[in-house]
Amino acid sequence: MSEANKKSRRLISSMKRLTLLPVAVAATLALLGPAWTEEEAPPSTTDQGAAPSAQEVDKAAEPPAKEAEKAAEPPAKEADKAAEPPAKEADKAAEPLAKEAEKAAAPPAKEKEARHESARHEEKPKRFDWSFAGAFGRYDKAQLRRGFKVYKEVCSSCHSIKMLAFRNLSQPGGPEFSQKEVEALAASYKVKDGPNESGEYYDRPARPSDRFPPPFANEQAARAALAGNYPPDMSVLAKARGYSRGFPLFLFDALPGFSYQEHGVDYIVSLMEGYEDTPPDVKMPDGQFYDPYMPGRRIGMPPPLADGVVTYDDGAPQTIDQYAKDVAAFMMWVAEPHLESRKRVGLGVLAFLLVFVGLLYYTKRKIWTNVPH
Amino acid sequence: MEGHSQYTPKSGFARWLERRLPILRFVHDSFVAYPTPKNLNYMWVFGAILSFMLVAQIVTGVVLAMHYTPETTLAFDSVEKIMRDVNWGTVLRYAHANGASMFFLAVYIHIFRGMYYGSYKEPREVLWILGVIIFMLMMATGFLGYVLPWGQMSFWAATVITNLFSAIPVVGTSITTWLLGGYSVDNPTLNRFYALHYLVPFIIVAIVILHVWALHVTGQNNPSGVEVKDIKKDTVPFTPYATLKDSVGIVAFLVVYSWLTFFVPNYLGHPDNYIEANPLVTPPHIVPEWYFLPFYAILRAIPNKLLGVIALFLSILITAALPWLDTSKVKSASYRPLFRKEFWLFLAVCIGLGYLGAQPAEGAYLWFARVFSAYYFLHFLVILPFLGKIEKPEPVPESIEASIVRGEASHV
Repeated sequence: MSEANKKSRRLISSMKRLTLLPVAVAATLALLGPAWTEEEAPPSTTDQGAAPSAQEVDKAAEPPAKEAEKAAEPPAKEADKAAEPPAKEADKAAEPLAKEAEKAAAPPAKEKEARHESARHEEKPKRFDWSFAGAFGRYDKAQLRRGFKVYKEVCSSCHSIKMLAFRNLSQPGGPEFSQKEVEALAASYKVKDGPNESGEYYDRPARPSDRFPPPFANEQAARAALAGNYPPDMSVLAKARGYSRGFPLFLFDALPGFSYQEHGVDYIVSLMEGYEDTPPDVKMPDGQFYDPYMPGRRIGMPPPLADGVVTYDDGAPQTIDQYAKDVAAFMMWVAEPHLESRKRVGLGVLAFLLVFVGLLYYTKRKIWTNVPH
Repeated sequence: MEGHSQYTPKSGFARWLERRLPILRFVHDSFVAYPTPKNLNYMWVFGAILSFMLVAQIVTGVVLAMHYTPETTLAFDSVEKIMRDVNWGTVLRYAHANGASMFFLAVYIHIFRGMYYGSYKEPREVLWILGVIIFMLMMATGFLGYVLPWGQMSFWAATVITNLFSAIPVVGTSITTWLLGGYSVDNPTLNRFYALHYLVPFIIVAIVILHVWALHVTGQNNPSGVEVKDIKKDTVPFTPYATLKDSVGIVAFLVVYSWLTFFVPNYLGHPDNYIEANPLVTPPHIVPEWYFLPFYAILRAIPNKLLGVIALFLSILITAALPWLDTSKVKSASYRPLFRKEFWLFLAVCIGLGYLGAQPAEGAYLWFARVFSAYYFLHFLVILPFLGKIEKPEPVPESIEASIVRGEASHV
């Protein structure tokens, strides 16, 4: 047999092996899953400035957004022009702020450069331990209940959660409050209804089928009350935030045993714990706070948590750290209320398919035994 | 390839139907008796996988369509309603979204397999071109579908892509306005995109039927690239041989697909698409779905907008000319020592372009994108025509059977 033939044989068989790889990989997933997440749990990545691809935008008119917009050229730029003059205006509004911030970064050229760099890139979120991570992950019911308490007593004064209905709180795979508790909770809220027989709109106590009423009637009302800030709705926020771990780590995020889907909650906890005093050479506009995890490192939300502000009755520590994790877990559940059933069904589906593909494979082999190929 | 039909209707009903509509004979000849080369390896299961994915996408899509509302103020919430209140809605939606990715993964393997084994060469030119048409329709469907959830990426991808047409001189702006149904992406755009997203897959079905028809006329290519000479010696009947092998492939593929759907459903998505579309806020990076990234990189590599758009479309269309650009008489790369190496380089360049498409178009990224884009076109326009002329192919086996005796083919 010639050398070339051998080579092509090797190639073909390696290609074949490639097609079987996913099966092998999937087969190893199950056992490795939780072990890996636990090992990797302690906060690891804080390398800043490593990746130029900051993913999150929390605010409309963030200066880094401007910077990054250039990336999408030429079409995006064109599109901007074509599509929306208002956006231009929003950008313009942000410009003076950005200028100011730059001016504030005073003399020594090098230092200025460094400061500029670090102001441009937010820090990568820390990694935390989540009960719902991995193939076998499930929500921690007690944590969801605590998280809901934090939401109700702290967040809900500014943040809406419009896709959450009261009845969801008693659904399986969530905080699983009792029907009675949910009815009582709903009744403590007022919702708009109508028109009634005389054509008028009226307030009535909420029912479990109602969704949580928002704290503000509309965006304008929120901005007027909150020094121009518009707090995002929290219904899917845990999935609407994320960051890239960069090449090659992002490749591992999909793999069984390594899978990492908790970018959003990690970001949210990092952000809530991350408030710092404004560095002396950074000028912060009024009503803005310094947080290195926020794109642009400026955030309109005042530090929302303080030790002891929410009373837990299950003995969990009443610290910022605990509050932040609990409310982030709650937000994850609101964003992904069927996570548990999805994963449970998924395990069954995978187990079935793995057995099935094995049986098919040996059947196929049997059939092909007497055919040279 | 058809050979003589061996079908004999057995039951009374089959005989009755045979005289009126010989559909059972057609099915028997196409999917039971149809001769397939003995030496096909597992790279040949992707045709069956793609057929499966097309059906899976249509089935999940039709059910999703029953719950979706194509109206700008309701679309985002209706998708979330599917995720929350529709029975199995979470799984349906994740299966459909990840199904698109898996569909493209399969089609890319299918295409590169065709390139490696010279499956586009005489007499399969029409088969290949039909494939290119299917690929383009898939891209259109994928793009249209990505707009429907009406998140930030949906909206801005729609803005960017429809805006490409405005690069066309003179009539560009009018065409864009016509496509959008207005001056910017808005409710009329969402409405028509929804209608088209529902329509195009059925056009794909029609072309797939032509694709399979053309395949059954010429017969399949095979790893040796040698045409079937003796049906008895070189081939086996489709059932049970290919049917079972394809089943193994499909179910193995389903393992990966369900891993994505059930355990990392948002891995291939972008977090920004969970933010409702807002025409007033541009995301910092507008990134298309991963399967468009190589083409997006080519688009951005070229500083002139019109030329960039031309390069983008050309990079897809050029594959249709492959049967004539590749001058080598030998089909399979197994006997083409130079092309065999160059193929992997080309594949690496395509993957590299995909990576660069996700990075900001600046600095070193931009320059790499330019070099890679240049290589992409060089591959088709210079290397392939030239290589066929200078390359000295290794001895090609006389027949499929001979190549099996040589021990080159499948061992699984």
